[in-house]
Amino acid sequence: MSGGPLDPAGPAGSSFAVGQVGPAGNGPLLAAKDVAVYFAVGSALSARIRHEQRMLHAVDGVDLDLARGEALALVGESGSGKSTLALALAGLRPTDRGEITFDGRRLPARRSRADQRRIQMVFQDPYSSLNPRLTVGGMLRELLKVHHIVPNGAAETYSKELLTLVGLGEDALRAYPRQFSGGQRQRVAIARALALRPQILVADEPVSALDVSVQATILNLLRDLRGELGLTLLLISHNLAVVRHLCDRVAVMYLGRIVEVAPTERLFADPRHPYTKGLLAAIPKLADNPAAGGDGAAHSGPAVAGDPPSALRIPAGCRFRTRCPIAQPVCEIEDPALTVATGDPAHQAACHFAFAPAPPAAVQPPAAFPEAAVSPGPATVRPPRPRKE
Amino acid sequence: MTGQPATEWSGIGSAGTGANVPMLEVRDLHVQIAARHGTVRAVDGVSLEVGTGEALGLVGESGSGKSMTLRAILGVLPSEGKITSGQVILDGVDLVPLSNSDLNHIRGPKMSMIFQEPMSALNPVMRVGHQIAEGPRVHLGYSKAKAAERALELMRRVGIPDPERRFRAYPHEFSGGMRQRVMIAIALSCDPEIILCDEPTTALDVTIQDQILRLLARLCAESGVSLIFVTHDLPVVAQLCQRIAVMYGGQLVETGDVREVLLDPRHPYTLGLVRSAPDVDYVRDSLVPIPGSPPSLVTPPPGCRFHPRCAFAEEDCRVLPTPLRVLPGGRSTACLHYERCQEAVAADRAAAADRTRS
Repeated sequence: MSGGPLDPAGPAGSSFAVGQVGPAGNGPLLAAKDVAVYFAVGSALSARIRHEQRMLHAVDGVDLDLARGEALALVGESGSGKSTLALALAGLRPTDRGEITFDGRRLPARRSRADQRRIQMVFQDPYSSLNPRLTVGGMLRELLKVHHIVPNGAAETYSKELLTLVGLGEDALRAYPRQFSGGQRQRVAIARALALRPQILVADEPVSALDVSVQATILNLLRDLRGELGLTLLLISHNLAVVRHLCDRVAVMYLGRIVEVAPTERLFADPRHPYTKGLLAAIPKLADNPAAGGDGAAHSGPAVAGDPPSALRIPAGCRFRTRCPIAQPVCEIEDPALTVATGDPAHQAACHFAFAPAPPAAVQPPAAFPEAAVSPGPATVRPPRPRKE
Repeated sequence: MTGQPATEWSGIGSAGTGANVPMLEVRDLHVQIAARHGTVRAVDGVSLEVGTGEALGLVGESGSGKSMTLRAILGVLPSEGKITSGQVILDGVDLVPLSNSDLNHIRGPKMSMIFQEPMSALNPVMRVGHQIAEGPRVHLGYSKAKAAERALELMRRVGIPDPERRFRAYPHEFSGGMRQRVMIAIALSCDPEIILCDEPTTALDVTIQDQILRLLARLCAESGVSLIFVTHDLPVVAQLCQRIAVMYGGQLVETGDVREVLLDPRHPYTLGLVRSAPDVDYVRDSLVPIPGSPPSLVTPPPGCRFHPRCAFAEEDCRVLPTPLRVLPGGRSTACLHYERCQEAVAADRAAAADRTRS
């Protein structure tokens, strides 16, 4: 996947490489400052009767920088607001608070076409994100026409180059999405996103709907494209193995907030927020098998106890304290802000004890959760077993 | 059919005592599905054994026949599907010739299932407690009060907090992880000998998946219940199961001890799966995908079904049938040239060691 179309100096408008737009500032390419997105829940009637609208705080004050050319991962459980944040950054969902700047310039609530082009998305489900009634060629033609990317006559050549770039044959142009496998569809979705020559590609769980052996091809493609085109990548994923494979930096989200940001290897080697620690401990690993090896899963407590609280009732103080193994009285009162590690400005965490010399010991078991609390074994009473037929 | 001592919930110590006697045995199972474009041979000669208290992981890509195998064992194939030959022997009884009403006495008390999507498997208009109590009422003849007591006890056992209040809740009031706990409570409600799990953690977050896997491992160890765990996620199998069976194109291609198979595969397909999955502990420059696509099950390729995608394929792979062969150490593979895998694994290891040194 190298050659003509990738030549950044390609004159005839056939280059997909990211050019410099605007002043080449040293600041972040994309920056979110105190961004919040709320959803109104419940009926309008109940809101009028109660004189208040219940709001779900999906994204609740996020600061995030995306440096030019980097690959940043956004990880967290479902409901942590990572997809909503991605939509807000891509301009597909209005924000309720905060500002988003691109290359130092504040993006308005309603973005211009040019701004829309700069950030493109690849969605999770390639089965529902492609129009079933359009051929791949038709889809790309429409896009190129609306955005005036190339002269109308050159649309087909350009589309073919795009498809080659993502590893599809030229005959894909005349095919409908239903004729492709999941992996091929995701390639089409990537081609569609790249057609507008974006500077930032936002990929929302791009491989989680695909089979394992196909996932690898898409991950390799994203990695190659990044290298070849100089794309900036924001990858949203719940799969930390994928993240570690692809990204330079990781931001961990919990209940609408970023709780830890660090360079990938740093985060995996030395996580500081108790949630990140739990998240990493919860990943099943190929090489470690407690079931076969004696002491293990059956007897130790879970990595993170309990369920995440509802985004409608976010706990006061630190939002992780209800599940936190080291929660202290102060955590109920003070909401910890993202603080920078001493000596390592790239590593930030939002925990009172993240960079303390010695984190406090657990004062109480978090929210008495049965896995840890109930002792297994003969203590369990069981009614006598009746005869089965 | 009385409860044998080995299957009693006698707490710690019962697990593994009867591991030599297979609890469930599948012999040369064939399942065919009638489709418009021909007969799909979804399961093509699968033989499995699951010991008492043992967890067997059944892995493969979508379309490999792993879910169909599970459904055939439980007798809940889709209406177009049929078991054309083979036996499913549970506690000495062949289930294949049994009628649906006979099977109803087996599904629940002896064998139960946990599905991937708890929201679509649970009854949305029935209180959770009653759904758990239904099995003991129907199959074990419990009174209403006794069944309710049993449901509460099960809810406590699977870690649902505040069971007295949650008893009267509906499934939509539960989170995904809690719904899956309810499914597990229902599966356990009649004290089965074997539980079939169809990707029970795929729809869950990694922290919740971790909780559910621990719960299943604990139940397995405590009560001696056997598991067949279908998934496409190799690390999950590594975490929970003792043995693994890898399926490809409706056939088994490799079986054996989980650790041996995943760390030292003897079939190129298993090797491909391991190499293509990103692993948190082992970052590679680039993942190695398996080329090509899964075979058609209407007209499967002759010889080894994996040969069109296999880097080690030779002339004989295209012709010779490839049944599972037992290797020294009790594991088995369907590959004619499994030594090639051994060499590839050794080369991978050497490369990894080089990288860590430099």
